[in-house]
Amino acid sequence: MERFAFLLDRLSLTPGRNDKLRLMADYFAHAPDPDRGWALGALTGTLDFRSAKPAQVRTLAEERHDPVLFRWSHDYVGDLAETVSLIWQARAGANRPPELNEIVERLQDAPRAQVPGLLEGWLDALDTTGRWALLKFITGGLRVGVSERLAKTALAEFGNCAVGEIEEVWHGLAPPYETLFAWLEGQGARPEPDRSAAFRPLMLAHPLEEREVESLQLESFAVEWKWDGIRVQLVAYDGKARLFSRTGEEISHSFPDVLEGVNFEGVLDGELLVVRDGEVAPFNDLQQRLNRKSVTAAGLRKHPAHIRLYDLLFEGDEDLRDLSFTERRRRLEDWYAHHRPPRMDLSPLVVADGMDSLARLRAEARQQSLEGLMLKRRDSSYVAGRPRGLWYKWKRDPLSLDAVLMYAQRGHGKRSSFYSDYTFGAWTEAGELVPVGKAYSGYTDEELKKLDKWVRDNTVERFGPVRAVAPGLVFEVVFDAVQPSTRHKSGLAMRFPRISRIRWDKPAEEADRLETLQKLVEG
Amino acid sequence: MPRSELLPENWLYVTDQGLYCAPGDFHVDPHRAVPRALVTHGHADHARPGHDKVLATAETLAIMRSRYKDKAGREWQVLAYGEVIQIGEVRVRLVPAGHVLGSAQAVLEHRGQRIVVSGDYKRREDPTCAPFEPVPCDVFITEATFGLPVFRHPDPDREVAKLLNSLRLFPERTHVVGVYALGKAQRMIALLRRAGYDAPIYIHGALQQLCELYRAHGVELGELRPATASQKEEMTGALVLAPPSAIADRWARRLSEPVIAMASGWMQVRQRARQRGVEMPLVISDHADWDELTRSFADVGAPEIWVTHGNEEALIHYAQQQGLRARALSLIGRGDEEQEAV
Ligand SMILES: [Zn+2]
Ligand SMILES: [Zn+2]
Repeated sequence: MERFAFLLDRLSLTPGRNDKLRLMADYFAHAPDPDRGWALGALTGTLDFRSAKPAQVRTLAEERHDPVLFRWSHDYVGDLAETVSLIWQARAGANRPPELNEIVERLQDAPRAQVPGLLEGWLDALDTTGRWALLKFITGGLRVGVSERLAKTALAEFGNCAVGEIEEVWHGLAPPYETLFAWLEGQGARPEPDRSAAFRPLMLAHPLEEREVESLQLESFAVEWKWDGIRVQLVAYDGKARLFSRTGEEISHSFPDVLEGVNFEGVLDGELLVVRDGEVAPFNDLQQRLNRKSVTAAGLRKHPAHIRLYDLLFEGDEDLRDLSFTERRRRLEDWYAHHRPPRMDLSPLVVADGMDSLARLRAEARQQSLEGLMLKRRDSSYVAGRPRGLWYKWKRDPLSLDAVLMYAQRGHGKRSSFYSDYTFGAWTEAGELVPVGKAYSGYTDEELKKLDKWVRDNTVERFGPVRAVAPGLVFEVVFDAVQPSTRHKSGLAMRFPRISRIRWDKPAEEADRLETLQKLVEG
Repeated sequence: MPRSELLPENWLYVTDQGLYCAPGDFHVDPHRAVPRALVTHGHADHARPGHDKVLATAETLAIMRSRYKDKAGREWQVLAYGEVIQIGEVRVRLVPAGHVLGSAQAVLEHRGQRIVVSGDYKRREDPTCAPFEPVPCDVFITEATFGLPVFRHPDPDREVAKLLNSLRLFPERTHVVGVYALGKAQRMIALLRRAGYDAPIYIHGALQQLCELYRAHGVELGELRPATASQKEEMTGALVLAPPSAIADRWARRLSEPVIAMASGWMQVRQRARQRGVEMPLVISDHADWDELTRSFADVGAPEIWVTHGNEEALIHYAQQQGLRARALSLIGRGDEEQEAV
């Protein structure tokens, strides 16, 4: 427990990604089985103790301490686990601190009524950090700045393999992951992935650079539209269908509508979209369905989900990934003609007789639902990761706007002493500036230093980590699209804004007007 | 006037300038300039510039002079710990508060009543100042900076050990510790020296003067060097002390891959540490924690407690549970040293 508590404590206070990876990999290398597997479960959110709930912890703390003082303390600290860990007055004569495995086993076996007693004993035996870690562990939601993906990356670092290999076996496994650790340490066989739950790492594309366009042999490539949704993998076996995001996180629970119609077995690659009457809705609509805790009937009706299929990885048990794109595409088309699952269709191939006409198509692809074109080598097999020279994405040219810097915020980690996050605005009819977007990238380190100095020299007001500046600096901002939004005062939201140039020379009054941006809204 | 009719709040109360002792015609730690001020200690939220006459310990007066120069007050009167003087109808005595060098509790007696204005205080051992002395009284006026039972400061030596351990583990990184310029900086250095750390310690310019002042009052600090930008190489793997406002700011760019630490009682709350980008919170405080506050109530045996800055309501609730009379005394401009300009 002490080791796990130390790990959580350090993770929660260490801002750097690489340092977090090192801490986790180090923990996996030194903590024993099965403790490290339970810890991995906690880090990736696969543990669930039904019997221990935050409300119980609160009740316990209120029984042992003045409830008024407890409530005020909780209001002040914010986090329940932390409040209890700090306020807890341990009784003398407690047992030795428990190990993770002991906690898991006893909680699994204990009848509900005995859980508070167990907890009390453990809280008495642990120190402050230990109590905090225990409560985080059993109530879930660690909030130490570690995503499922980051934990798996650390595991890959520990096992000296690619994170894709972990992902491939991951969904068939459960805590405490003893077979997984054994395999990673070279002590055991590769765990057999559960075919109904296994995510296969996706094949990704490189951006097509302008200088490569000339030399590209178009006849070797199949061309598709690049749809503006989220890339997904659909896995269907044994009457169960699951949807995974690009990074292997399962998102099935948010999209029961697309999974309902699954009438086949296999693994498919496609783009998740919201489609109404055959028309792809703006990305914003899909956003309404993502990251929602519960799926509501209204949500399903207003934002119906749909998968536009790109590729077929498995048909039944047959692995097609080693076939060429041309072959897989043929199989996909046949397969589709046979099953015709509802809420799914094929992403059509684009025909162009040369790079010039393709460039024209790309330039005209101003519809919101398109991000550009995909070029896939006809002879390419389906290779996990981002292999060179096989797939290209050729995004349409970004839109651009000259905007005025309004607010700057301190960055994180290495950038924490710099004002590196910028909110910029455009002029209204009335000569007011309204914020239209935020960018954190697109400048060099040298430019960042100059920007930071400019911000400090031109500050008119401070709010915590944010500084408001006098209107005087113009950014040329580029972005992929702009959409109506109710969340912003300007009524607009940019997609992927970044700074392309700092216009030190341009007077702020000459920056663009809000109207200009409004005209760029499509659809 | 019969004794039963004299209430403590009739002779010690809050005016626009701060806490006022009517029968002596002076203020205690007033936040605005007044004709006569008794100052408990040198922190800027207690010691303000511009008073006409100032009464304090010699150390506190020295701190005020180093800070405010010619604005430190027109006339200074030194009152040593334990010495008694009569001001108007009030007997005044200063007693160590254990907070920072020269910090004192003001013991005020009038017509058989005794009120102790404790200023800021702590009960932990501190090699840089005299320890808190509990004085039995009728009314005890206490701060409440850490007036919630979640604040329980660990042993400072253990926190220092944590820092030294990290220095050994990461010799390629500069460890920078955020400390308040008055009190915390010197205590931190003294604790490090006591733990056997004898390498030079690099300090931010804002700490220089007060470290000199502590030395002049006999506090051993060992070798201190200025943390200037030209010493990036030399400071690699060393310890650097700087005011909290500097550690996450431009100033810190002169350090190589710094480990950002901060020594403060606030560091007990993880979220506070995270907000400030602190990687290594060191829970070392010059204010009393919950146990020290509540223990002091018992030690002074006062039937009545007045609570000033911090989390007053929790402390008042606690005191009332103990059968004491307790109320809040709202003083303007009082707060944590964190707010003080460095
Ligand atoms: Zn103070
Ligand atoms: Zn104070």
